Amino acid sequence: MTPEEEDIIRARQKSRSLVTGLLLGFFVILFFAITLAKIGTSDTL
Amino acid sequence: MTTATMISTPITAHWRDFLALTKPRVMTLVVFTGLCGLLAAPGTIHPVLAFTAILCIALGAGAAASLNQWYEADIDAKMKRTANRPLPAGRMDRQSALHFGVGLSFFSVILMGMATNWLAAAVLAVSILFYVFVYTIWLKPRTAQNIVIGGAAGAFPPVIGWAAVTGDITALPIALFMLIFFWTPPHFWALALFVKTDYAAAGIPMLPVVSGEVVTRRQIWFYTAIMAVAAMAPVLLRLTGPVYGTVALLGTALFAVFAFQVYRRRESDQARMQPERRLFKYSILYLFLLFGAVVVDRWVMA
Repeated sequence: MTPEEEDIIRARQKSRSLVTGLLLGFFVILFFAITLAKIGTSDTL
Repeated sequence: MTTATMISTPITAHWRDFLALTKPRVMTLVVFTGLCGLLAAPGTIHPVLAFTAILCIALGAGAAASLNQWYEADIDAKMKRTANRPLPAGRMDRQSALHFGVGLSFFSVILMGMATNWLAAAVLAVSILFYVFVYTIWLKPRTAQNIVIGGAAGAFPPVIGWAAVTGDITALPIALFMLIFFWTPPHFWALALFVKTDYAAAGIPMLPVVSGEVVTRRQIWFYTAIMAVAAMAPVLLRLTGPVYGTVALLGTALFAVFAFQVYRRRESDQARMQPERRLFKYSILYLFLLFGAVVVDRWVMA
């Protein structure tokens, strides 16, 4: 593997990590919101 | 680099290729009909849970699209339209697509079950399994009626959206299912008439290729007639109000006019397919209008 190819792969790995991180952050917030919504409706049970 | 080392080197796919694997453009109609099913359902759902339900429908559709491309990578490589997809273009290895698709399937179904109810999750699971196993693996390579049965997979979203709110499936979501189911053949075959495809080269039996254009035109008309019954069924069963009744009657009449024109024509020159293009474009607008009308009716009646 040439240094150029390695640079390309490193850049891809970096952007994949970034997107994965953002998605995880999004789902943390979403799950928290789902929990609040579920607690909010549980008084009807 | 020899071929052997090329195969053994894992490809680090770009995240955009994973996104492309989910076919985001196909998702718009799926998300829209799912949202309409959700909004047309009686009862209330917390906005966060409604958002999650629609997200799960979108993720499930993405999962099914990924698994479809995992299975069809060899076929996609033989057709110009699909040769540049991540797998046939060699930007991603098949294992990654399989893992991504299976992972996304489980995630979407479990999240749907946790956020809404397990009936919605079960229908979502059935729709993914149906698309992958019944359509992609079983019927698509075997019969020219493949997209008729495959259309069922695309017809599930309004049922899932409805079930997410109510936890049940009644006559109206079933009618909406039937509408998309019988809408798919005229919609898809109109496209197949004017787009020069190389399905034949890939060994996929598409109706215009297998049975010819005359049969395809007759089948478009035949399924349009059944679709018209499905479109008017909610009116006749008094499941919807005057808005849907009016939109469905006028919209379906226009659909029938366009479909009849396509049925009566004998034209194989790709450059002179304006009526076929018109039917295809209108079919998309038609579905948006009718589903929008179901929601408007629900709000008017409430």
